[in-house]
Amino acid sequence: MSAAAGTVSLGPVRGIRRAKDTGFTVFLWTCAVLALVPLTWIAFYVVSKGIGALSWNFFTKEPAGPLNPQEGGIVQSFVGTGLIVGLATVIAVPLGILSGIYLAEYGKGRTASAIRLVAYVLLSTPSIVAGAFIWALVVVALGNFSALAGGLSLVVLMWPIVAIASEAVLRLVPQELREGALALGLPRWKAIVRVVMPTAGAGLLTAVMLAVARALGETAPVLLTALGNDYINTDIRAPTDAVPLRVYDYARTPVEALHGFAWGGALVLLAAVLFLAISTRVLSNRQQKRIA
Amino acid sequence: MSDQTVVLGAGAPARVRRSRLIDRGFRGTTLVVGLGLIALLALMLVELTTGAWRTFDAFGLHFFVGTSWNPVSGREDFGALPFIFGSLVTSGVAIVIGVPIAVGLALLLNQVRGSIANPLTVFVDILAAIPSVVYGLWALFVLKPIFDSSVEPFLIGTLGKVPLIGALFRGKAQGPDLFTAGVILAIMILPIVTAVSREVIAVVPRDLREAALALGATRYESVRLAVLPYARSGIVGASMLGLGRALGETIAVSLVVGNTPRIGWSLMQPGATIPSWIASSFREATSVGLHRSALLALAVTLVIVAFFLAVLSRLLVRRTAELVSGPSADEVLTEGIYPRAG
Amino acid sequence: MRKVEIVDLNAWFGSNHVLHGVNLTARPGSVTAIIGPSGCGKSTLIRCLNRMHEEVRGARVEGKVLFDGTDIYGTDVDPVAVRRRIGMVFQRPNPFPTMSILDNATAGLRLSGERLPRSKLAEGGERALRAAGLWDEVKDRLDEPGGRLSGGQQQRLCIARALAVEPEVILLDEPASALDPASTLRIEELVGGLKERYTIVIVTHNMQQAARVSDWTLFMLFGEVVEFGPTEKVFTTPDDKRTEDYVTGRFG
Repeated sequence: MSAAAGTVSLGPVRGIRRAKDTGFTVFLWTCAVLALVPLTWIAFYVVSKGIGALSWNFFTKEPAGPLNPQEGGIVQSFVGTGLIVGLATVIAVPLGILSGIYLAEYGKGRTASAIRLVAYVLLSTPSIVAGAFIWALVVVALGNFSALAGGLSLVVLMWPIVAIASEAVLRLVPQELREGALALGLPRWKAIVRVVMPTAGAGLLTAVMLAVARALGETAPVLLTALGNDYINTDIRAPTDAVPLRVYDYARTPVEALHGFAWGGALVLLAAVLFLAISTRVLSNRQQKRIA
Repeated sequence: MSDQTVVLGAGAPARVRRSRLIDRGFRGTTLVVGLGLIALLALMLVELTTGAWRTFDAFGLHFFVGTSWNPVSGREDFGALPFIFGSLVTSGVAIVIGVPIAVGLALLLNQVRGSIANPLTVFVDILAAIPSVVYGLWALFVLKPIFDSSVEPFLIGTLGKVPLIGALFRGKAQGPDLFTAGVILAIMILPIVTAVSREVIAVVPRDLREAALALGATRYESVRLAVLPYARSGIVGASMLGLGRALGETIAVSLVVGNTPRIGWSLMQPGATIPSWIASSFREATSVGLHRSALLALAVTLVIVAFFLAVLSRLLVRRTAELVSGPSADEVLTEGIYPRAG
Repeated sequence: MRKVEIVDLNAWFGSNHVLHGVNLTARPGSVTAIIGPSGCGKSTLIRCLNRMHEEVRGARVEGKVLFDGTDIYGTDVDPVAVRRRIGMVFQRPNPFPTMSILDNATAGLRLSGERLPRSKLAEGGERALRAAGLWDEVKDRLDEPGGRLSGGQQQRLCIARALAVEPEVILLDEPASALDPASTLRIEELVGGLKERYTIVIVTHNMQQAARVSDWTLFMLFGEVVEFGPTEKVFTTPDDKRTEDYVTGRFG
């Protein structure tokens, strides 16, 4: 018997279609959950296991002897990271910003497209390759691992980031501001340096922060170039430690007491990188409002 | 005659002339620095290739298909196949697991605007920011024990019995293995694949989706009909970015994969990837013999594949963007710049 | 005496020929309006007067623009120097967002390379702000960011900024089109007041505004000058039929 006229005879088909649709929605939300789970899990573990390791000693002492490992610390890693990342930043930021200025303000032809492509390609360089490059160029040539080599390997990674990000930020400055400055009788370079760049201000800072956040967490290139050190080192021509490197070493050590330090280092790294990521976002939003 | 012959440049005071010089000098400097990027890339390729040359010269194609790796001088043999195998397998697992989740998430983020979408996006961004050594640490101390004790025995017990794919899941669950490495890689590539896919999907015009819905399609059908066909190449491009990331990942993989050169069917056995092997051998590479050169040859192999993937993915994403004449490919790709450590 | 004289000016964007043989004269102390339908080349023309046109990639100019008898497109001439003597106000107010009101007004003075003492800058700024009719409204908040002002005030600030460097000619590219009627009126009054000291060229799509404000009017169509004459004549007894059609609103 057929149903009353008007009640559609698509019943069973509709069921399958409806099922697929529901299945699809379920799939989408499952994906969301699956993506969130690792994050919360990692954050939970790093905080809970790491927080116990953060002590005065942790931040101020060098590794202790084998008899009482838990009384030492990893101060040399913090100093080393500061040295290596600081060196890399000082070199990569000016280079990156000048590159970004060229791409945003002057580059309109094939040269600019080539530079942009190269920057993008460099951006996707696996960090171990950057490390291998500097290892071959500097470490093998000079005969020893060094903070300088470490810094240079990070420059390879940071320079393209600063260049691409600062180009993007400079492009956001409305063209009318440039025209206003030029119409006032300012030479091009002054229009850029005194009007466009200050207007992009916070944006340029976020470009730097993105690069620094990346550099802080890098292990592989630093491993291949600075090697690591159990003692504080301030000589850029000598092997130097870094926080991610130390975490990597302590993760593999059979000495259980040091595993806690690995978590501690991970916590510090995570906090630093998150802080930078959040600041970047906040500054970015503020910058958008300012220009609009 | 006008006595305002002054200065519209001719005979301009020194100040104006100097300003012009500064103008040209400034422009020139930025150009030189920009070109410096090209020089950097060239230098890197040259340095790696010249270092690797001796190995390629000595072994030729054998480097890529040989299965034994012996740096002992006198009996040197450098066959990189085990590491190529390990890289492909771990990245393969990462793509198979990670891409569907990333695309699903990207579709969700496009559908759900507003108060739910924002926190989710933020979480994914944070995932991108986590340094790889932190992932590695967690994978080693948290993920691996769970895999060793429950997940892998489960898989071995169930999928391991199925014909054909069962071969992937044979063997002992305990110990470092390719599967665990693949899973942590899947997690690590989620952010970039999601971000780029999301942008690519967002670029598909609303009207297409709405036209499908107006025809009586369900949500699922409208996505299949109107969104995915358009976004397909862009999503493939996003996956390639993810693949590139997975192939290049060193530290997290190194901590859980076992660093054992091995080729075999089972995912439950240890292995080694190109980056993990470079990281674990470089200290022993002395200047005698070809060992250093061989490691650089591995680096060259990796970087060529990575660059190839990068350029290809850029083209694919650009193709989708142009197809729909939305934001340019550069903007879509700039979305994917996250601090990602390796 | 001619302040600005355009002789046979042609302009291109790439291969697109947008201005054809334009001739124009602007006498000192007068206001010349350039009118015409959208796309007729009015903005391009005015941007040729301070060499802003060539800032666009692929843009090209041929012909002469004589400023006090000297061709600003001469080979020895520095465009930067030209723009100090011929100032411009744009359609959308564009105060520099990172600078205060006073700093905006004095931007041209401060960034010129000369080190002027604070007091001179403050004087110059006040003078310019007064001339732009903005002083009374902002004198108590000179340190506030320029972006906080209303649209009309921002535009007067941009006028002040242009005035501060003491140019001789002021170019206004549809200065009121982004503003409300009240602000528009103020700008028009301002223009009337400024013409005593400056030579003004104003582009406008608003014919009534042109009629109110200018002494001379140039009507353009498709990059060519159709008619140029005293405003009163152009609007009441134009020589060309096309002019008549336009000013009576039959098209455009």
